[in-house]
Order: sequence, then structure tokens, then C-alpha cells
Amino acid sequence: MTEKFTLNVNGKTQTVDADPDMPLLYALRNDLGLSNPHFGCGLAQCGACTVHVDGAAVRSCVTPLSSVGNAKVVTLSGLGTPEKPHPVQTAFIQEEVFQCGYCLNGWVMTSAALLEQKKKPTDAEIRQGLSGLKCRCGTHMGILRAVKRASEMMG
Amino acid sequence: MTKMEKLQLTRRSVVQGAGLFVFSIGVPVGLDTMLNIQSAMAQGGKPALVPTELDSYLAINADGSVNVYFGKIDGGQGTDVAVGQMVAEELDVPMKSVKVIMGDSTLTLNQGGASGSNGVQLGGMQMRRVAAEARQVLVNAAAQKLNVPAEKLVVNDGIVSVSDNPAQKVSYADLIGGRFFNVKLEWNGKIGNELATTGTAKLKSPDQYKIVGKSIPRSDIADKLYGTYDYVTDIKLPGMVHGRMIRPPVAGAVPEKIDESSIKEFPGARVVQINGFLGVIADKEWDAVKAAQKLKVQWSDAKPALPEQAALYDTIRKATPRKSEVPTNKGNVEEAFKTAAKIVEAEYEWPYQSHASMGPACAVVSFKDGAAEVWTGSQKPHYVGDGVAAILDIPVEKVHTIWAMGPGSYGRNEAGDAAMDAAVLSKAVGKPVRVQWMRNEGHGWDPKAPASIHKVRAALDADGKVIAYDYYSKGYSRVDVNSNESKPRDTLAGHLMGVELKSGDNFGVPGENYTFENKRVAWDTIAPPLERASPLRTSHMRDPVGPQIHFASESFIDELAVATNSDPIAFRLKYLTNERDIAVIKGAAERAKWEPRVSPRKEQSGDKLLGRGFAYATRGGTRVAIIADVEVDRKTGKVWGRKYTVAHDCGQIINPDTLKRVIEGNIVQSTSRALWEEVKFDPKSVTSIDWLTYPILDMTEAPETVDIVLINRPTVNPSGAGEGATRPTAAALANAIFDATGVRIRRAPLTPERVKASLA
Repeated sequence: MTEKFTLNVNGKTQTVDADPDMPLLYALRNDLGLSNPHFGCGLAQCGACTVHVDGAAVRSCVTPLSSVGNAKVVTLSGLGTPEKPHPVQTAFIQEEVFQCGYCLNGWVMTSAALLEQKKKPTDAEIRQGLSGLKCRCGTHMGILRAVKRASEMMG
Repeated sequence: MTKMEKLQLTRRSVVQGAGLFVFSIGVPVGLDTMLNIQSAMAQGGKPALVPTELDSYLAINADGSVNVYFGKIDGGQGTDVAVGQMVAEELDVPMKSVKVIMGDSTLTLNQGGASGSNGVQLGGMQMRRVAAEARQVLVNAAAQKLNVPAEKLVVNDGIVSVSDNPAQKVSYADLIGGRFFNVKLEWNGKIGNELATTGTAKLKSPDQYKIVGKSIPRSDIADKLYGTYDYVTDIKLPGMVHGRMIRPPVAGAVPEKIDESSIKEFPGARVVQINGFLGVIADKEWDAVKAAQKLKVQWSDAKPALPEQAALYDTIRKATPRKSEVPTNKGNVEEAFKTAAKIVEAEYEWPYQSHASMGPACAVVSFKDGAAEVWTGSQKPHYVGDGVAAILDIPVEKVHTIWAMGPGSYGRNEAGDAAMDAAVLSKAVGKPVRVQWMRNEGHGWDPKAPASIHKVRAALDADGKVIAYDYYSKGYSRVDVNSNESKPRDTLAGHLMGVELKSGDNFGVPGENYTFENKRVAWDTIAPPLERASPLRTSHMRDPVGPQIHFASESFIDELAVATNSDPIAFRLKYLTNERDIAVIKGAAERAKWEPRVSPRKEQSGDKLLGRGFAYATRGGTRVAIIADVEVDRKTGKVWGRKYTVAHDCGQIINPDTLKRVIEGNIVQSTSRALWEEVKFDPKSVTSIDWLTYPILDMTEAPETVDIVLINRPTVNPSGAGEGATRPTAAALANAIFDATGVRIRRAPLTPERVKASLA
């Protein structure tokens, strides 16, 4: 039942032997040891599992492994590091946004993709662009501040 | 290096540094300290982890850094930083040298876990007292070493020096680094939230503070943002397998026939069943998920036991009370009502709500050779350890419980239930088991916040003065299952396995200080619709029963203001005398530039109706006043809490910026609960089982502004901030909707459908 898949994750090529229907999330977390995207719902309703697939913010909990092909997958830990942070990470750290932070892959990865598309979104565009993502701690005000700060940092 | 590895290193450095703590005798120190030091000399090693030992709370490492062993946990609100600040301040060490260690049962005492917004109020104060004691011991030790009276010594950044000769000095590291205090403390005999010790040291006066009151940044944020933070979901143990639970389609049904061959395709697949407890194991997580879906189970024919949703509030009204209390009964309410010129009455309704934690709960348990290692995200990890010991029938000393951040909590969610599941599964299969619930379980099977009704009435005299006030709540208990998981009867696994049950009874009363001369506040709790393994079993959720009680009480005060043709703030101030209540209300009013008038607003045209609403509440010493400015869309019924002005007094402020963010989180989450959240169910089970069927506040609906006025009272001991600002929000919104529309909505949540229907 399992098949071999070659994935390009955070710039590295790696092989996973798994069920073709298995969501990418499980391969990242369990087979590749990248536990930074989280299981929130398995239904594409919350965003806790969000990664970039060829630059687009994608819910890895409903992305079958067989559909990934040789697309470039980037997770939160591949977005930036303490030595070389992504401006969105820097902005969220400076604003001290999250509480439990379990949701943050959704907000950070979606914001990074959003700001790639549009450098200076309006408040309404940010809200719309992040619509549907969940944060149970209610850190929405901080998220808005951080995305605006990141937008300024990205010039 | 992950946090786990770092923590293990720190543990080692303490243990390796163990040695004798020796002083010369014969210099001026107090008798108590002499005894303490002699006992230190006698013992040397680390004493047992008991409340009476100073070493149970903090350690000075060989490099002078300080480990703080805090018996609560921080769920991401910065409690650990605040406690670190309190300790650093009292001990006179730099903040950066303090590490706060939480939630490991071998390193920390049970200080109650995260509970009742008392992380700083009780837990922090305990650590502050211990730090003061440690400082006193160290200063006296320095006095001996330097041969100078203690009164002549000052401490800066962990260096004790002679005040008029700073070159004469000794560091904490040199005095005790890597060794142990062996100093005894007076203990009040309690564990949990109320654990307290006393010593002989005097606390610093707030005017000496250098660290308390500063906005020290959170310690966990960067690791979280770079994806290097270990949640409980990320814990992996050698040989670990994966478990998933299977829940009945009709609550109360138990498996009668299980076809284990239906999952034989999955490597390592096994079924574990004990009465109603049913789980599967597989080597790989995805296989466990699929096996749980594929397992063929024939369920018993259980009679649907839950009420029809539409009948919920009538069910509550008609139910026979199981427990009744009258916590306030001042004057003679019944007599006063007989003399009333006018009586105002109203009834309010609040639904069941779900913790709906960000991710469903997860736990990892390894049971081997009669001992268990338990990784849990529960807010109360020590109690979880007690529960695991009980469900596995092993002594509690054989359980090592380690907390790691869970996927959200805000009260007694299903975290501890998942730990019990993992424990039972691990014992059954003889391997470490990681269990994570699925989304439908997180929404469908977590312990719920109770549904309730609230009847309120007031008697007015001919001048419109309130001469009697009568407030009554009736609802499901906030402790149908207890708010900690120390007993299997309070966990879903225990229910399913068939342990004897004991549903508890408790509710609550409004937090306010209105000086009505005749005043009665009462509550009744009723039995749950299904006693065993119910998806509607009820327990604590952030500010337990606070949102529902204050939705009713502060909406009603607003109704009284309308009935007496009064401005709602002026009306409240007429009946308040407490200086802090008045200050917080005036603080919000001044910041929001409140202009006194009677609600509702008049003459609004267009589809967007603007309104403002006020509410205030107290909680455990904390006072909060909220002004909500809303927009109500006349066509859709949608309410936007556009601007909130929040005045907040929680006594002495430890960390202002972090406090502001905690208040913001309270406001957004409580707005979500007020506007959207309602558990849906039918007689068979809960039907709101994901984010589509249990919507919460979306980013497009977040406020434009949350303007916070912090009132600092440095000489008043700090009280809680984790829940206070959750209480008044729903009433502030309902009052604002009335102001905008002239329509009073007395049933929560204030959804677009309900608002639209009310406006029709």
C-alpha cells in the first residue's frame, strides 16, 4: 500500500515511504521530524498546519502526499531562523503576539505569502487575507499589529 | 537544542553541583539563621521535594544563575516571566539569570497548576516570599563570611557587598552556587493553589522595585516563531506507538461487538477495549487515524439521553434543583418587594460552550514495570499524575508527570482525559503511547462550560431608587466533573471504564459591590442530562460561569438604568462606594469620553446602527470596566464590536505590556463567546464538532481598537488578570446593541440570526 515519495522540503530533498493518501502534515511531522506545523483539525478549517507549497500558503492536513510532486515545500522552520529570520517572524517576535502559539503556522505562513503578493496591504486586505484562520487565545489585535510591522519592514 | 534537552542539562548542573554549604560560626547572625545554617551543614545534599524546604522552590546554580521551581504552569500569557520578575526582584539578581521551571512533578511542588487566574496572585506571591527568605539567608551568610553585620550589606545583581566599602563583597554563586539551602519554612499544610509558606524575611517595599513593573518580554515567543518549541504534541519516546479513541454515535452507547479483523491491514494495529473505553493502536500515526475510522463496531442500543436543543432552557427551568445556595441575603428582600412602587424583572439564557481548543488534546504515556512517565498539556499536571496513578492502580510516587505546552487550554478542557486514555492504552499494549484526539472529539467530547438561566428582579421606590435586588441562577454545575483530573471519576476514560461516579455541584455569583440595601443572590444546580460519559458533562472554562452570570447581571443593571431614565454609568455609581470600583469605572468613562445620556440612541438612519454599552465586574480583587462601541447591521443582524475601552485594576502590576496583551486576549475571546459560541446537540450527541458548526470570531470581525487603561496600585498585592476582562464583555455588547437598536437581547450568543430576528 505504501509508495516512495521524494519531497523537496526546506531546500532539502528527502524520501518518504508512505500511503499516497496520507496528508503531507504527517510526513513532515513524523517521517521528516519537522514538528513545527501542527495538527489542528485535519479539515482545512483552522490553518495550524499551514506550509508553503511553491510559495502559496497551503493546509498540509488535507494535502495528499501524492499531490505534492516536486513542488518546493517550506515550513515555519524553513521560513527563517534566528540567524536569518523572515521579517514576518521578526515582527511577530517584536510584537510578542501569540499566547499558546499552536495556531501560529497559519498566521505566519499566510501573512508571509500575503505580503509576497502585496507589499502594502490595507487593514481590510490583511483581515480578508487572514480570514478563516483560527486563534483560540484571541491574539487577533497583536496579529494585525505584527503584519503591519512586517509590511513596513519589507519596505 | 530543544527546550527539553536544555532543561535536562539544567537539571544535571544542579545535581552535579551538590555539595556542602559550610560557614564559620561566631559572627553576628540571627538565631533562626544559625539553626538553618547548622542544619545545612548537617545535611548537605538536596532535601526532599516538600513544601517545607526552601530548596523546593529555588536553586542558585554554580554560575550564579537561579532556577525557580514554579508549581504552576504558563499557558502562554507570560505568568512565568511575571513570577521570574517577582523572584529576581526579591532576591536581587538580574532578570536574565532567572530560569522558571514548571510542571515537572520531580522538580516542582503541586501549586495548583494554571487555575483561577491566581498564577501571580497566589503562586507568584508564594515565590516572592520564598525569594525574600532566600535573600535573607544569603545576606546573613555573607555577613558571616565578610565578618560584617548584615545591616551593613547591600545586594546588587547577586553580589553582596558592604555598603560603605563596595570592594568587600561576595557573590551568591560563591556563597551557595550549586549547593542547597536546607532551610525550613513554615507551611500552611495545603497543596495546590493555596500552598503557602512563611518565613522571617520582610518583603521589599514597592518603591524599591527595579524589575517588578517593567515590561520584560516573554521567554517562549522566539522559539515558537522559529518552530523550535516543543509542544506536548511533539514529544516522542523510544518505541512509541500511536493511539486514537473511538466514540459512540449515541452518547451512552457501549461497544457490543468489535471486528478486529477490519483493521488488520495496519501495521501494529490493536484494539483496546475496557467496557465503554475503546481505542486503537498502530505503529504509525496515520494508520491509527485510519484504523479508528475503519474499525467495525456494533454499539449497544442506548436511548438518546440529551434534551432537544430547542428545549434546553425549559429543561433547565423545570429541573429539580440538586443543590441550592444563597451566598448573599442582606436585609429583607421579600418585604421590600411588597413596598415597591415599580418592579423590574428579566430572565437571561446562556448556552453550553466548548473549550474548542486550538488543537485537540494530546498526551504521551509510557507505562513500564509498574511506573509511568506522563507527558501532558493539562493546566494541572500534578493532578493529572494523581489521576494516572489511580487509573493504573499504582502509587503516585511511581508516576513522573511532565507538562509541555498543550494545543490550547483555558480551563478543564480534554487534556487530562487524553492523558488517561494514553495511560490506559500504554498499560494495555506495554509500550509508550501517544494519543491525540481528533477535531470532532475536541469539540464534541471536551467537558463543556455549563448552560444556565438567570432570573433577576429589582424593586424601585417612587423616586426610582433600588430598594431590593434579587438575582438567581439555575444551571448545570461548573464541577459536574471536577476542574482537575486527579480522580478517574472526573475523566472520560474513568466514566467509560465504569468507575463509580460522583458529580459535584457548584455555580457562582456576580462579582460586584452594588450597595442595594436589600439584596439576595442565589443559585441552583441541576443534574446533568446524562451522568456517565456525556459529551455535555460540564466543568471549568475560562472564568468559570463568569460570562453567563455577568451577561445577566450587568445587562439587568442596564435595564434598571433605562427603567429609571438614567445614564448607565451614573446609575451604577449611585450604588457604588468602593474607591477602586469607582476609579475603574471613571477610568474607562474618561478615556472613552463618555457623554452621559439615557439609552437607546435616537434617530439613526441607514443600515449601520451605532451603539455604546457599559459593563463592570470584579473578580478575586480585580476590577474591570468595559465600554463597547458597536455597529449593528440592520439588514444582516451582524454585530461588530468595533472599539473597546477597558479600564483594569489588578492591584500591583508586575509586567504592564504583557498584562495589556492578556487583557486584549480576554476581550477578543469573550467577544467570540458572546457573539458566536453555542454548543449544538440533539438527543443523541453533540453535533457542533468542528469550526464550521462551532464558529468563533474571525479576523474580519476582530475589533478595530482595544484601548486599555491600566490602573496600577503598587501597594496592593497583585490579583489575577487571566479572566477578569472576560466577565463583562457579553453584557457590554448586549447593552451596546440595546443602545443602537432599542432592542434588548437576553439570550446568548448574540448571533446575526438572533439579532436580525429581534429587530424584525
